Amino acid sequence: MAKVEFATPELKEYPIIPKLQRDAMAHSSPYVAKDKFQEPLGYPGELVENWKEVAIAKMGELTNKYRSLQVFLDSCVKCGACTDKCHYYLGTTDPKNMPVARQDLFRKVYRRYYTLAGKLVPKLVGAEDLTEEVLDDWYTYFHQCSQCRRCSVYCPYGIDTAEISMAAREVMDTVGKGQKYCNEIIGKAQTLGNNLGLPEPALIDTLEGLEEDVEEETGVAVKFPLDVKGADILLITPSADFFAEPHIDGLIGYAKVFHEAGASWTLSSYASEAANFGMFIGSYENMRKLALRIRQAALDLGVKRIVFGECGHAWRVAYSFLNTLAGPFDFLDPNYPVPQHICEYTHDLIQKNALTFDKTENDHMTLTYHDSCNVARASRMGDVPGGQFTIPRDIIKATCNNFYDMPEHAIKEGTYCCGGGGGLLTDDLIELRVKGALPRMEALKHVTENNGVTHMAAICAICKSQFSKVFPYYDFTMDQIVSVHQLVSNAIVLTQADEGDSDEDKQSDDAEAA
Amino acid sequence: MAIEVDGQSYETDEEGYLADLNQWRPELATAMAIADGAPLEEHHWEVINFLREYYEEYQIAPAVRVLTKAIGKKLGKDKGNSKYLYELFPYGPAKQACKYAGLPKPTGCV
Repeated sequence: MAKVEFATPELKEYPIIPKLQRDAMAHSSPYVAKDKFQEPLGYPGELVENWKEVAIAKMGELTNKYRSLQVFLDSCVKCGACTDKCHYYLGTTDPKNMPVARQDLFRKVYRRYYTLAGKLVPKLVGAEDLTEEVLDDWYTYFHQCSQCRRCSVYCPYGIDTAEISMAAREVMDTVGKGQKYCNEIIGKAQTLGNNLGLPEPALIDTLEGLEEDVEEETGVAVKFPLDVKGADILLITPSADFFAEPHIDGLIGYAKVFHEAGASWTLSSYASEAANFGMFIGSYENMRKLALRIRQAALDLGVKRIVFGECGHAWRVAYSFLNTLAGPFDFLDPNYPVPQHICEYTHDLIQKNALTFDKTENDHMTLTYHDSCNVARASRMGDVPGGQFTIPRDIIKATCNNFYDMPEHAIKEGTYCCGGGGGLLTDDLIELRVKGALPRMEALKHVTENNGVTHMAAICAICKSQFSKVFPYYDFTMDQIVSVHQLVSNAIVLTQADEGDSDEDKQSDDAEAA
Repeated sequence: MAIEVDGQSYETDEEGYLADLNQWRPELATAMAIADGAPLEEHHWEVINFLREYYEEYQIAPAVRVLTKAIGKKLGKDKGNSKYLYELFPYGPAKQACKYAGLPKPTGCV
């Protein structure tokens, strides 16, 4: 585990637009996927001989298929509004991490082969041939974009760099230059059902262990059901919730909420993953394969509802694309949103006064909340605009006495990425991850110093893992990141399900009430 | 990539994880730890051995919580926490200890 040598950026009192340093991050690119990770996804195992022709053809196919992509490539007027909006630019000072410069890596090739001016007078319109050097630049800098879409909020044309980034990665996969981290994981999820590669017996063992732990700690038998046919709710959660900390404390929180609601719920060993890395590589086919596992699990188990756990990009895929990828979901109960977020579920119960909290259980912490990019800018929660901002905060405030928001430019629509999103949460990109976390670290430091904030809550598995890894670089400790449902878990007052009032009885009561 | 021990070469992936789990020998763990600048002591071996046992049964490394619980049972409650494990394996118990134990690296959002 050779330590990567780099300097952690200095935290400043307020964000400063850094002086440009050309090629500051030109050395940073992730491991290329070998054939054993490429081929199962339908991509060539290595760079194909005629890669230039294949790449240019794929580019044309994508701009035809996704009209938004063509509009984004055609409409930039170089106004510069996006330049200082990317956390990777702010943290690395590399000019190619300015969103417009990142887009231009792709745009200049598009212009050369797909616009009249670019074909006739390339030099006058910034059009360039696709060369090996350009391909290397793509690989380097399209793996320095976490597809967080912050830049698109400030672009007067709404140009979405994430979409360009996804397209570029799909072109690279198609010519045989994919990224190891994403493609290995997608392969695992498509065969074993989750990103970790957690087989069913290990999942059973982990869930049984959690039941023991929670009962030992609370005296209440909270269940973690798996593959229960006929359950009402199928919970789809990131597999990190079974494995990592603080994720697992969030999973305990979901289970306690379901217990208190008297809900009949289950996890699935076939679809034991909410995350969908197919989105990160811009691959509709791979994204669809993963989404279809969720549909299949819902059908096989005969559930009425699907609820998603705390996972940022999974919620984007679920909220925005699930129906077109794997729908229609007409076999589910139409009285509930398809799908529903665990925060919506818990929030509804709080609104109905169905949960009791002892907020003092969280008094040892003062909280702030990190809006995860895909939840904030690519989805919604609840039935009012901005629900994705208010609902998680309402849950925190219902379970904690001490809460302060970070400065306005760093939250809600303007939230900064954790620095590890979009398929970049890998050790070979640690320098990028540390530097990209800078703007969030500055905002966190601000509330730490001014409001005494001790902990930051999040609802995304990637954010949680990223922060526990990069916090120590900025003199925070890894346990300062918590799950929102961990706060719920701490504060919720559990009631003992007594002998005469079994879950089945409660369900029939619910059914009668409905 | 490869690692050399006692004149024999063992294939690893880009990050130094052993390519073939069946080739693992204790000497490999020792060599990897020395290369990282922190030689293994008895407490490290307790974790490495547990990881190998768990992997043999479940074909995956244990969750951090499963690991801390097992270590706590074996070595006392004061050691059954992730702080203790991070002291032993500063690069993360799941990743660094897995590497020494010859297991594949845990993947995903972890």
